[in-house]
Amino acid sequence: MSTTKPNLILFSIIFIVIALVSPLEEFWQIKFVPLWTDLLIYVLVVAVLLFGIQVRHKEHLRVPWRHVLQRPLAMSALVVLGVYVLIGLMDSLHFRQALEKQQGQTETQYSGDVLSLFDVLATPIRVQQEKSYSAPFSAFLYAKETIETPEGQVRDYPRLQYGGRHLKIPAQDRIPNLVMALFLSFVATLLILLVVFVVVVFFVAHHYKTAFGDTMDAIVGGKTGIPFRAMLITFSVICFLVVVVVMLADKYHILGTDKVGNDVLYLSLKSIRTGLVIGTLTTLIMLPFAIMLGIMAGHYRGWIDDVIQYIYTTLNSIPGVLLIAAAILSLQVYLANNPEMFDTVTERADLRLLFLCLILGLTSWTGLCRLLRGETFKVSQLDYIQAATAFGTGHVKTMSRHILPNITHIVLIAIVLDFSGLVLAEAVLSYVGVGVDPTTISWGNMINSARLEMARDPVVWWSLVAAFVFMFTLVLAANLFSDAVRDAFDPRITRSK
Amino acid sequence: MIATKQTQNKHKAKIDHQAPLLEVNNLKTWFDSRDQIVRAVDGVNFSIKKGETFALLGESGCGKSMTSLSLMRLVPEPAGRIVSGSVKLNGVDLLQLTELKMQKMRGNHIAMIFQEPMTSLNPVLTIGKQIEETVTRHKKMGGYSAKKRVLELLDAVGIPDPKQRYDEYPHQLSGGMKQRVMIAIALAGEPALLVADEPTTALDVTIQLQVLELLRKLQNDTGMAILLITHDLGVVAEMADRVAVMYAGQIVEHADRQSFFSNPQHPYSKKLFDSVPAMAKREHSLAVIRGSVPALSQQFKGCRFEPRCDYAWDICRCQVPAWQLLDDGQGVLCHLLDPRYASQAPDVKKQIAPVIRKQSANHAGALLQVDGLKVHFPVTKGLFKRTVGFVKAVDDVSLVIPKGKTLALVGESGCGKTTVGKGILQLVKPTAGCVVLDGAQLNRLKHREMRAKRRDVQVIFQDPFSSMNPRMMIADIIEEGMLAQRVGGDARQRQQRIDQLLGQVGLAPEAKTRYPHEFSGGQRQRICIARALAVEPKLIICDEPTSALDVSVQAQILNLLKDLQDSLGLAYLFITHNLSVVEYLAHEIAVMYLGRIVEQGTVEEVIHNPLHPYTKALLSAVPTIVPDADRQVIRLRGEMPSATQPPIGCHFNPRCANARQICRNGYPEALKISDNHRVRCFLYKE
Amino acid sequence: MLAYIIRRVIYAIPILIGVNLITFALFFVVNKPDDMARMQLGFKHVQQADIDKWKQAHGYDKPLFYNRAPTEGNAFTDTVFFVKSVRLFAFDFGNADDGRNITQDISERMWPSLAIAIPVFIVSLLLNITFALIIAFFRASYVDYMGVVTCVILMSISSLFYIIGGQYLISKLLHLVPISGYSADLDTATKFLILPVIIGIVGGIGAGTRWYRTIFLEEISKDYVRTARAKGLSERLVLFRHVLKNALVPILTGVVAVIPLLFMGSLILESFFGIPGLGSYTIDAIRSQDFAIVRAMVFLGSVLYIIGLILTDISYTMVDPRIRLGVR
Repeated sequence: MSTTKPNLILFSIIFIVIALVSPLEEFWQIKFVPLWTDLLIYVLVVAVLLFGIQVRHKEHLRVPWRHVLQRPLAMSALVVLGVYVLIGLMDSLHFRQALEKQQGQTETQYSGDVLSLFDVLATPIRVQQEKSYSAPFSAFLYAKETIETPEGQVRDYPRLQYGGRHLKIPAQDRIPNLVMALFLSFVATLLILLVVFVVVVFFVAHHYKTAFGDTMDAIVGGKTGIPFRAMLITFSVICFLVVVVVMLADKYHILGTDKVGNDVLYLSLKSIRTGLVIGTLTTLIMLPFAIMLGIMAGHYRGWIDDVIQYIYTTLNSIPGVLLIAAAILSLQVYLANNPEMFDTVTERADLRLLFLCLILGLTSWTGLCRLLRGETFKVSQLDYIQAATAFGTGHVKTMSRHILPNITHIVLIAIVLDFSGLVLAEAVLSYVGVGVDPTTISWGNMINSARLEMARDPVVWWSLVAAFVFMFTLVLAANLFSDAVRDAFDPRITRSK
Repeated sequence: MIATKQTQNKHKAKIDHQAPLLEVNNLKTWFDSRDQIVRAVDGVNFSIKKGETFALLGESGCGKSMTSLSLMRLVPEPAGRIVSGSVKLNGVDLLQLTELKMQKMRGNHIAMIFQEPMTSLNPVLTIGKQIEETVTRHKKMGGYSAKKRVLELLDAVGIPDPKQRYDEYPHQLSGGMKQRVMIAIALAGEPALLVADEPTTALDVTIQLQVLELLRKLQNDTGMAILLITHDLGVVAEMADRVAVMYAGQIVEHADRQSFFSNPQHPYSKKLFDSVPAMAKREHSLAVIRGSVPALSQQFKGCRFEPRCDYAWDICRCQVPAWQLLDDGQGVLCHLLDPRYASQAPDVKKQIAPVIRKQSANHAGALLQVDGLKVHFPVTKGLFKRTVGFVKAVDDVSLVIPKGKTLALVGESGCGKTTVGKGILQLVKPTAGCVVLDGAQLNRLKHREMRAKRRDVQVIFQDPFSSMNPRMMIADIIEEGMLAQRVGGDARQRQQRIDQLLGQVGLAPEAKTRYPHEFSGGQRQRICIARALAVEPKLIICDEPTSALDVSVQAQILNLLKDLQDSLGLAYLFITHNLSVVEYLAHEIAVMYLGRIVEQGTVEEVIHNPLHPYTKALLSAVPTIVPDADRQVIRLRGEMPSATQPPIGCHFNPRCANARQICRNGYPEALKISDNHRVRCFLYKE
Repeated sequence: MLAYIIRRVIYAIPILIGVNLITFALFFVVNKPDDMARMQLGFKHVQQADIDKWKQAHGYDKPLFYNRAPTEGNAFTDTVFFVKSVRLFAFDFGNADDGRNITQDISERMWPSLAIAIPVFIVSLLLNITFALIIAFFRASYVDYMGVVTCVILMSISSLFYIIGGQYLISKLLHLVPISGYSADLDTATKFLILPVIIGIVGGIGAGTRWYRTIFLEEISKDYVRTARAKGLSERLVLFRHVLKNALVPILTGVVAVIPLLFMGSLILESFFGIPGLGSYTIDAIRSQDFAIVRAMVFLGSVLYIIGLILTDISYTMVDPRIRLGVR
């Protein structure tokens, strides 16, 4: 009864998407370029949506989730994660824009650059490229150069092409200009917040059928079941930052520029997608293996168990980094010898990203598999499995209807716990040289290229700090959230003395 | 070996009219649980005199265990907290002490033993060390003298060979031995009060007897008082001087044992007595308490038992009853005994008259025939899983169940009775023997044929919590068997059948769309029965279906099983350790000991004329609620050995008082006493 | 005991064979030796002759599995598979691409690795358990809550940041110790080692403390702890004598498994601090795409992992009286 509905929804979603693709392309004058990772991300989004629908109908899933929803820290973290995910999703819609039609041309020509929706939104910081390093909010390059002036050649810090170009005399104008901008941002944030607050109060009051004034008091006093106050505070901080960025991003390089003059803020934001892809797709790829093999080993036992145990012990015994290194090196050789496989650099880099997820998944499914095997053992001892056997229920049905639903909480805990570890792993692997493609924008690559500059005097610190702050925020939010999920779903953790 | 119980209670005559040792006043212990407060203990008063045994009787969830933990101030924090009240031990209010001072009381003046001896001992410390800890903590002893004291204690609780046991770990001891160690730990501080929270519930009946006798003996020797928390009326009858009955967080009746057992006053107490199954009640339905225990998160306006009470009238709904003290010190929390209202009480005698059953007397042919069933589990060792021995869980068991009859398979834990059931169901592959159900030899069938045949034999398990998939709706759970066996017609017909089945087991059709956790233990067991009935089986194997349930709920299930047998002609293989259930329900009995049936026959024959020494001991060990001065108790030595290395000869010979040389040489053959009655013992000859 | 260990070693053989086949497949089947040569020599204008010369110089000029025309030796032993993979079982790792003997390198570079790994391991273990015990003692209070949040914050920081931040703060700003370097001399080695060791410890505190806290809390909720309290023991005694001893079972077994892997060193610590251990050896090999070294390290890692498994089983028997070897 309950399984047919999600399938229906899935099919209708796919149908609608396919039906919309070509009219949209026509309308926007673009051509969609679905990368492999994009497609998998869409699959993941649909899976999460379906899971959400399931949760609404299943009491045993709804109750723990309600616990998660009531934790202020977790929900604040969720707001932060939401912002990251939003940026990541916008960055996962790739297309090529149509070029202006030349005279006498009938066919539309498309640009060779693959852009994402996010790229289009972030056009100012994407295209405003300087010559080299510049500090945050600076109007000058970071290194002295010989400049041609009417008075002759001077060795000085040259003005930036874009950053602070509206300032007449940067030394005087910059601070008042910034203070003014901050003040305006603050006012704008307050206005936005007011609207959001009223909307939230309205919907909460509507949903719980409480009076508007009471609802407002409850939210301000932090007495609501779902911690709206904490979420609103988090939201206001993010909102303020976003407003500041929107107001200043085309006038300054807020986080400076890197060695080749790219805006560091742009790089940091682009890295979000890479981090999210590694953190989620890895799990998505390994999940079917881990679940299937884990349940099979625990259910059938005997030689099937022996074989599966042998496979994961063998894979586990190879040090993770080395297995990844070996696989990535082999891939590199393969790609280098077959350069004709890809049209664009983006697609090549994307395949390497996907392969990294695959190999990371291959090294990390063993832990979950072993966990599931043990849990299946335990569940198999329970009477309801015996009862099913006494009815003559088949193996496949027993595994899918009786065992799987009773170990999903472990899978869920594994997914959320793995995420932050994988994001951190990307940085280390990129440092080692077996991470994402050097052309892929990622925090690991940012750190890797910036760390050598630590030796410079004065230090070029903004690239590193930006990468760390963005990464830290994501990982911390994910950790706080996963903590709450684990507390809610893990029956072994007791919250009392 | 044989003694009457009455002799041991001599000293208790002296203990009347002393100042109370423990006084509990208005004790309230509450729990925070999911946005609501659960008032687990809600205003409990009682007192215990020096040297007496005070029993706190109640069913699960009534707050008796929480009361005992509150006395020790061991309520799990911060979820639970003692809200108000006082607990005075020798005049000192324990609830006012600092935690540091309370630590000096625990184990010293007031000690406790718990229900689960298996998990209550620290697995990585030797038992000697664990007892010594208490000795050094409270008795200022150390080194040699402490060890000497520990050995004394081990000896006192009847652990053979204390010197060797001192260095052993808990896992090397049996359940009964572990509980003795727990008692030794409790005794080490020479407490004035011992709190025993269901001390024998996890133990077999013969071991229960040993432990209860030990407690009695120790009380005699040391003069300590015992607060005995239990759900078992029989244990109360054997042990208690005074009794308090708890219901929904309150004490509803207290009395001395004599008055309580001869004249229970509260409607709840009366119902408890009525719902205990017994041979004498075979012709009737058992009395049941309708409904279930009220949620303790609510504020009660009236009597807490009112919704389930046969005598309730208007006043019970709107006014909280007050304590009524009767002449002999008996106290009851009930409007019926309140002089102000008693006259208004309606006459309800007729409503509760038990239904008389018709005994079906048809002698149909055999439905199930088990011949020489053996289930041996190999013990493997080494790289290539070499078989080095066998656990002979079931060793040559033969039995016959006629259509529409109940055979009870009785035995203590580990005797292999559950494995017999699984062997019949082909859930484990029998090593030898044959299982013939309705003409088909199950253990010879091919996998596919067996799947079809599974329709005829179904199973009900002991634990109603693990026997249903918590992730499935009730409708899906019941439907599963119909789908697997392709019975019940199309989807609509199946839904109708589910409604009908739920009705048959006394549940509303609305239950269909709910999940197992929304039901109480007894309701779940009903759903399990409905699930089994869905494929219209001829035989149901009931594996301890009522032993996880309270006695009043057990009565409901037993009634249901009997009704279904009468109306559908079902046969049951009833696997149990509970002899009073057997007396009530079964037509025939088979007694198992260590993988073999030692005696079998009709209920009347085996219960009234047991022949095998083990059967006799088993029967005599069951605590009875009817005082019987002539009752002879047979205490068995030791515990049932492991099936890996059964004793040579008759398996029972090391524990048998009548064992002779011949018993050590070989296993006795089955001896036919009458048409039905057979026994395997050398004491009897043709 | 001995019989058990022997049996476990025999169990290990198929696993090592599996590891060997996986690495062989990755290095020689996915990419032919020709591809590798081309990669090493640069892609443009490479003559087949150069490739053959490179292959011959590095011993890749033989057939993969079966040599049809053995010039000398056996048809099976004179193959890439035998020379490059089977020899690993004898711990004969052969030569690196630059001609150095790998076995020799490993035995030399092992010691600097251990000089960092062992202090980090021991101090972390003690520190994390202590912190976890303190947090468990104050469980369900503000100390517990703040402790857990601190742990989560600490473990959310990338290890790269600990290193770079540490180097910047201690070495560059405060000039307390050199940024990087190594000396075989004990006195001077200390000043090189102290910073990586401290960073290694600090980097692991968050995750470690939280993990041990979970173990302690799981133990604290068990029945025997209630018994210990009912005896009137103080909270301190309950925690140290009863809980700690039981928690040692999962802790020790988790810890013992990683002891052999200490030999492998820490990849990024050694690389950042310029310590000539096996970690930086591995990284350098990966960066210079020296397949021979990567292969050797994979094999070494697997062997050490399996030793860890065996040690784990043995350690179980030492801390848990319920478990005896070979009895399941």
